[in-house]
Amino acid sequence: MDIGETFRMAFSSLRANKLRAILTILGVAVGIFSITLIMTIITALQSSIESGVSALSKNTFQIQKYPAINMGGPGSRAKYRNRPDITLEDYERLDELLTSAKYIGAEEWQFGEQVQYEGDETNPDVSVAGITAEAQNTNDWIVEEGRPINEGDVDRANPVCVLGADVKDNLFPPHINPIGLTVKVSGRPLQVIGYYEKQGDMFGQSRDNFVAIPIGQYHRMFGVHRRSVNITVQSFGDEDYDEVIDEARGHMRTIRKVEPWDEDDFEIFSNESMLEEMNEITGGVEIGAMVVGFIALLAAGVGIMNIMLVSVTERTREIGVRKAIGAKKRNILTQFLSEAVALCLLGGAIGIALGVGLGNFAGSLLNAQAAAPFGWIVGGLLICVAVGVFFGAYPAYKAANLDPIEALRYE
Amino acid sequence: MNIIDIRNIFKIYEIGDVKVHALNDVSLRIDKNEYVAIMGPSGSGKSTLMNLLGCLDTPTSGVYNFTGENVGEMDDNDLAEIRNREIGFIFQTFNLLARSDALHNVELPLIYAGVSASERKERARKALIDVGLEDRVYHKPNELSGGQRQRVAVARALVTRPSIILADEPTGNLDSKTGREIMALFNEIHGQGNTVIVVTHEEDIARHAMRVVRLLDGKIEIDEPVTNRIVPEPVA
Ligand SMILES: Nc1ncnc2c1ncn2[C@@H]1O[C@H](COP(=O)(O)OP(=O)(O)OP(=O)(O)O)[C@@H](O)[C@H]1O
Ligand SMILES: [Mg+2]
Repeated sequence: MDIGETFRMAFSSLRANKLRAILTILGVAVGIFSITLIMTIITALQSSIESGVSALSKNTFQIQKYPAINMGGPGSRAKYRNRPDITLEDYERLDELLTSAKYIGAEEWQFGEQVQYEGDETNPDVSVAGITAEAQNTNDWIVEEGRPINEGDVDRANPVCVLGADVKDNLFPPHINPIGLTVKVSGRPLQVIGYYEKQGDMFGQSRDNFVAIPIGQYHRMFGVHRRSVNITVQSFGDEDYDEVIDEARGHMRTIRKVEPWDEDDFEIFSNESMLEEMNEITGGVEIGAMVVGFIALLAAGVGIMNIMLVSVTERTREIGVRKAIGAKKRNILTQFLSEAVALCLLGGAIGIALGVGLGNFAGSLLNAQAAAPFGWIVGGLLICVAVGVFFGAYPAYKAANLDPIEALRYE
Repeated sequence: MNIIDIRNIFKIYEIGDVKVHALNDVSLRIDKNEYVAIMGPSGSGKSTLMNLLGCLDTPTSGVYNFTGENVGEMDDNDLAEIRNREIGFIFQTFNLLARSDALHNVELPLIYAGVSASERKERARKALIDVGLEDRVYHKPNELSGGQRQRVAVARALVTRPSIILADEPTGNLDSKTGREIMALFNEIHGQGNTVIVVTHEEDIARHAMRVVRLLDGKIEIDEPVTNRIVPEPVA
């Protein structure tokens, strides 16, 4: 008897007891579902991050007071808060010292601001970036029309601004060219000198809903010492990237007078380091999902065993008949084992389908690309087989060892 | 050579303190192509003997040589194989799989014999035609009459072309006409050179055989040839 035959028989005997099979399957489905759902979301997010919509542009790293993703426990925030702010002076020193970098920019961000033009206004959800000229290079903000903020604007803290694509679209109808017009950003009149190309979304959030202004102007509007400055650095290429990071770290330590035995009082992060941190988080979630899934599968397995035991008892006469006409022990064993495995596989398939489906739905809400965690799908099905074999073993063994005469006489 | 050779067989059931001698020192030899009827009152041990002969049950003591081999020394797998290949067993209570149609029931022994699916279906269908059930192939047991079920059971026993047929009261549940049809079938099988052993408590049925073995309280009381044998009309 080949495998196909065995499973056809198994499925037809499950069909004979649909409701019971469905209920049993449900348990397995939930277990596998919880694993695949989380794995799908994680895979979707990861592949989105990895496939280019990176947080930072190519060969760029950022120096900040706070880490990009804070994973420390309670109290860790305080540790970062007590660090001295990174000031514009720190940035200027670094700009002088770090000659090996292609671009070094500084930026500060104010969130939840409003931009007005005559009677119209945006929602109060626009970010205002106070920047130096090179921050536009490190951020890959490319001016579509008009001109970028230049050194002169930054030196003189000119009251000018460059609009992000969303702000331009929200505030002006398509036929109006905003360049040369004066808008009010957080109540301050600034002249529009250009607008940037659209960058698109990441994680469901637009990256075009901002206004860039010279950092000196930003300080006039929002105060000098409100927030630490972020420094973004771009190297010339891949080869010197790590070197530039090391040099930048050394210079920052000098500038901020960090004693040799103290650790950095700033964070340097790159796309790689963010990915690593992301992976650390997702790794934790993965383990959590596995624990939940494992417990669910354990419960489901006990359910399978129970159902299979009931089934063996109910079908004692059938087993007797089969043995009487020549079924060997292993025939009966495989029959009941394959029924248990079939139950688990059905449940697993349902769980996987739901998990991948809902996972991708959740992922799409976060604007992640559709993904299927193939490793986990195959793994999930293997786990199902294992659960079926493990929990089906005892009932099947019991069935296989029934005495044919006793079984035939069973009422 | 004796196809069946049992010597000093005892089958003793102990229920509490009471010992039931279902078979009490039974010895019996049956040759190839014999046609034997086993008779006796209810509880005399007929079914017990048949189960032993069919390698379904093991004796408490005694030796059973089946085609020259000692059954007592065989393991479960060997016994399963003998049941599958050599013996066609027709049970007193049919013992069909309730959830499977006639075709699948008849196919079953071939599945365990490792016959390919296509050949299996063909042979099962043919066996059903042979017992006159060509238009009941896809009926489940509960959609068949008692006689039709009996015939499915016969088809299942014959489909593997066993050399020995063991039938435990094959006509017990049938009206006399269907009973005669079944007996005609057995006559035909016997005519093909096979060994047939039939349990019955009806003298008319026993007279189809060539030899009658009478049991009483687990012992063979009489073992004699049939003198006034009935040879049924062949099935149409
Ligand atoms: N599993 C068992 N446990 C205890 N006693 C049994 C068992 N099987 C059979 N017996 C006893 O063995 C004796 C013979 O039983 P058996 O079934 O062989 O009778 P039988 O000749 O086939 O009767 P019937 O014509 O009614 O079918 C009976 O007395 C029965 O009570
Ligand atoms: Mg009986």
